[in-house]
Amino acid sequence: MTVPEPPAIELVGVAKSFGAVRANHDINLRIARGSIHGIVGENGAGKSTLMSILYGFYQADAGQIRVNGREVAIPDSRVALSLGIAMVHQHFMLVEPFTVLENVILGAEGGLLTGPALTKARAELDRLGRAFDLVVDPDAVTGTLSVGELQRVEILKALYRGADVLILDEPTGVLTPAEADHLFRVLRILKEQGKTVVLITHKLREIMAVTDAVTVMRAGTVVATKATADTDVAELAGLMVGRRVLLTVEKGPASPGRPVLEEENLVVRDARGVTRVKDVSLTVRAGEIVGIAGVAGNGQSELMEALAGILKPVSGSVRIDEQKSAGNPHRVRGQGLAHVPEDRHRMGLVTAFAASENAVLGYQSDPALGAGPLMSPSAVRAVAEAAFAAYDVRPPDVRLKTALFSGGNQQKIVLAREIERDPVVLVVGQPTRGVDIGAIEFIHQRLVRLRDAGKGILLISVELDEIRALSDRILVMFDGRIVGEREGGADERSLGLLMAGIDGEAA
Amino acid sequence: MRARKALPGWVDYGLIPLLNVTCAFLVSGLVVLAIGADPLEAVQILVWGAFGFGEGIGFTLFYATNFIFTGLAVAIAFHGGLFNIGAEGQAALGGLGATLVCLAVDRFVPWWVTLPFAAIAAGLFGAGWAAIPAWLQAKRGSHIVITTIMFNFLAAALMGYLLVDVLVAPGSMQPETRTFAAGGRLPPLRELFPDIGLGQAPVNVAFLLALVALVAIWVLVWRTRLGYEIRVFGANPVAASYAGISATRITMIAMMLSGALAGLMSLNEIMGYQQRLLLDFTAGAGFVGIAVALMGRAHPVGIFLAAVLFGALYQGGAELAFEIPEISRDMIVVIQGLVILFAGALENLFRPALVRLFVRRGGI
Amino acid sequence: MDAFTTLILILDSTVRLATPLILAALAGLWSERSGVFDIGLEGKMLVGAFAAGTVAHLTGSPWAGLGAAILAAVALGLVHGFATITARGNQIVSGVALNFVAAGLTALLGQAWFQQGGRTPALPGSARFQPIELPGASMVADVPVLGGLYSELVSGHNLLVYLAFLAVPVTSLVLFRTRFGLRLRAVGDNPAAVDTAGIGVTLLRYRAVVICGVLTGTAGAYLSIAQSAGFIRDMTAGKGFIALAALIFAKWMPVNVLFTCLLFGFLDAVAIRLQGVSVPGIGLVPVQIFQALPYALTVILLAGFIGRAVPPRAGGVAYVKDRG
Repeated sequence: MTVPEPPAIELVGVAKSFGAVRANHDINLRIARGSIHGIVGENGAGKSTLMSILYGFYQADAGQIRVNGREVAIPDSRVALSLGIAMVHQHFMLVEPFTVLENVILGAEGGLLTGPALTKARAELDRLGRAFDLVVDPDAVTGTLSVGELQRVEILKALYRGADVLILDEPTGVLTPAEADHLFRVLRILKEQGKTVVLITHKLREIMAVTDAVTVMRAGTVVATKATADTDVAELAGLMVGRRVLLTVEKGPASPGRPVLEEENLVVRDARGVTRVKDVSLTVRAGEIVGIAGVAGNGQSELMEALAGILKPVSGSVRIDEQKSAGNPHRVRGQGLAHVPEDRHRMGLVTAFAASENAVLGYQSDPALGAGPLMSPSAVRAVAEAAFAAYDVRPPDVRLKTALFSGGNQQKIVLAREIERDPVVLVVGQPTRGVDIGAIEFIHQRLVRLRDAGKGILLISVELDEIRALSDRILVMFDGRIVGEREGGADERSLGLLMAGIDGEAA
Repeated sequence: MRARKALPGWVDYGLIPLLNVTCAFLVSGLVVLAIGADPLEAVQILVWGAFGFGEGIGFTLFYATNFIFTGLAVAIAFHGGLFNIGAEGQAALGGLGATLVCLAVDRFVPWWVTLPFAAIAAGLFGAGWAAIPAWLQAKRGSHIVITTIMFNFLAAALMGYLLVDVLVAPGSMQPETRTFAAGGRLPPLRELFPDIGLGQAPVNVAFLLALVALVAIWVLVWRTRLGYEIRVFGANPVAASYAGISATRITMIAMMLSGALAGLMSLNEIMGYQQRLLLDFTAGAGFVGIAVALMGRAHPVGIFLAAVLFGALYQGGAELAFEIPEISRDMIVVIQGLVILFAGALENLFRPALVRLFVRRGGI
Repeated sequence: MDAFTTLILILDSTVRLATPLILAALAGLWSERSGVFDIGLEGKMLVGAFAAGTVAHLTGSPWAGLGAAILAAVALGLVHGFATITARGNQIVSGVALNFVAAGLTALLGQAWFQQGGRTPALPGSARFQPIELPGASMVADVPVLGGLYSELVSGHNLLVYLAFLAVPVTSLVLFRTRFGLRLRAVGDNPAAVDTAGIGVTLLRYRAVVICGVLTGTAGAYLSIAQSAGFIRDMTAGKGFIALAALIFAKWMPVNVLFTCLLFGFLDAVAIRLQGVSVPGIGLVPVQIFQALPYALTVILLAGFIGRAVPPRAGGVAYVKDRG
């Protein structure tokens, strides 16, 4: 690959904002033709936005895109396709009631009737299937296919349209290991046949396994591009997570007491019936912070929701403060379990409500709020005002609509609600996501103070620094299982390996 | 990050609804022009007919009573994130409940003994008719909009059968029950308050009941734990599950409350005015409730104002049809449709422009 | 009257009663298959019927009446399209609103223009679609069974009846055999998939809404200038909602729509036949049972007790490009 040919794709100074949020800024990137190029980064690092710009789904605010050395504008997906760029989306863009053939020809029908296109596609699919090891029954109804097959249909769709550059967005997120291995085989064949593959993922093991080069993104920018042969998982993990403003949390040694949260052999399925938590057992004791590290999507969310009583576990048991869990969010709170959900907008708050009303969400049965069935706004406001004062929420007006507060202040409202009720154990997810630096420090201090008051805390975060700074013990979750335990402050490299699914002891 | 930019409260709850309703009335004015009448004269006649004399006001309030009940019915379902198009059928069933009580006791007891039982029966029958679609939505995933539409027609068929074959007064050619005795009639306000000069207007005790219902629903929605749970479920079902609020329970309760309120509307028509059960006595009040709830932004104060407005349209419209025969009472139905269109389906028509106007200039 | 003649008469009336249902249900099928729910079929039929009655009266031509019906229904459909596709308003609310506008406007204008209690003036035969006698109908009329079937049941309907029956295979063909149909079905299930394939979602949905208008307009014209001799206020009398029920019962499939509408039409025909007639052994059958059956069957189907009616997945929701 020493011939100086223009890169298949070149981005120069690309930027994109959504309102005040800078999703991408000053992106410079070269993707060599006939290579597999990985793009890694945490959730929200801007990978998907960048690729959507390349695919014509969004338009960049600034910068240039060059395809095969020629500067182009990509106003919509049709243009991207005509330039030979196709995207395999994370959420498949397939029409479930359609047959595979119908999905493949959608948008590339060729004429007014679908008959000829279907005939042509049937022959072409047969050829592509054999050439790229992508065999799918062309007459199967798409909705009945497995996830691996759906992905094959998406790739076939792209190839049928004559794509030269395939962008795959988190392609293995929903695949079984065997399906993922098959995908990698397909990607290598594609490369051999001269196609260019862009692989967006946050799984470092995959990057090491199949890519030729890798670009690391963080907070909307490119932080490094390396030849895969010249780097390793630990270095990439470090680049991905980055060196944040050093998180120093003043905390003494833990003095763990009785168990306040015990779970045994927990198995949880998500709404789609996919098993997300696979036989997890763990114990949190009074006076300690147990951190669960892991890349997002490895079952942490479902584990939390099962503990909080929102998802019903398939099997296994949960004990709260040495009592069997009541298995309902409302009663679990009564048993002393407080829950700060990962996504405050979706779950933790009703953003259309006044802030005061959110200060009692989940605790609406508290007798202190009013006599019998009544709920007194002044009592609700009193609770909220106490919380606002204790957590320094700004602006200090509990009557304001919740949506008007900044992310950090919204998170303080949630934390105050859950912590000020004096729980026995707190399950907290992503406590500082989308929160400014000052509030991060404040929130961390509160969590430590809660621990020192003899409460148990289960902390789930994708921020490795946060886990390391706060936890007394760290459990690493990968593919629905706890794959290892480390002391608090364990080094990043060994955690990074575990998070990537590689046994740290062996590596 | 969030799609909706914050607007000042008075814009959100005052200016936008006002603009939407103004649009609806401007288009209505165009319709009046199209049939060759003078819109300004029409408005004058309408306002005079509705508010210009005691009897007119009485009729306005009589119609408004129906719309307060059905407006509240639609609104309480809205708060729970549910769209109840079935208030019409629920009101019809409510009328059946009230009638059964009246037929049973009207000859033996005074009206104030009948009323509580009739109200309970009307509420229960309406709630029961709403409970089936609610249950089907909560447990079987049937779309509540479609099932409530179907239940309107089922109610019409049921009422038709009962009035033609079962409840019809002996010897009557009309599908009607016998006329209630005094114990089944709500006294009109003109008898209770002879001094305020309501003429022959049928506004009756049910109007006072409607005022009570407005306050009761306000208390329920904004002053009780149940109301809080209904609002959480309506605004964010995921947060509701987080807070341990049962989707089935809230769906059932919100819809049954809605059905009960719709059923209470029948007290006004059946016991307060017709004094017998007859086919189609609801006359579309269940649908007007949709317009009233949308226009009143599902708040009791707004519902009261919107209900009085529609009551005035119904009463003033009758005067209008008398004075200008080209403008028949169907004009009211047009206005009602336009109000639903502009205040409901097109509620965000002016929002982007107003956001630009208010948020960019300092805003909050 | 012998049983066979009775049966033929009931079936004949079934065809007449099913015709507007078929047209309206197919109209709903087009709209809903594209992801735009439409409970405003009733309103569009009504404005169609009124426009047809008015224009046929003014021009004396049923064709001009049909054209006006289509224009009026399409116009109302485009308001629904603007409110729900462009302004992203609630599809149900918009449908409810337009039903009222239609009900009010037709009665109001009818009264204002013709002063006959909301009716349009009675039309002479030349301004209506007349029965068409198919070739040989009178010749074979006396042939036992088949002759009667042909001359009474197949022959002797007006053009719009045949159009309605023709619309079923045409809809099926366009929906399942053409590019437009493929894209339309796709946009009703997963608009993002259509968007990422480089096809405009908005235009597709507007086209579906227009087709819906054409068919509902035709259904309306059938009511006022084919089946009857003029428009009567509220003459749709809930047929738009029965059509909606039929569409759901047919699980959004064109051929099923045909049979469901025939079934519902048959129930209606039987109800009319049995009105006031004492059935031996049973006595008087309440006609309301037949009126209620279409709705009851649909509710039972919706509840998943007989099969499952799954609406187009993207129905009811305006398409907003979300952040990837």
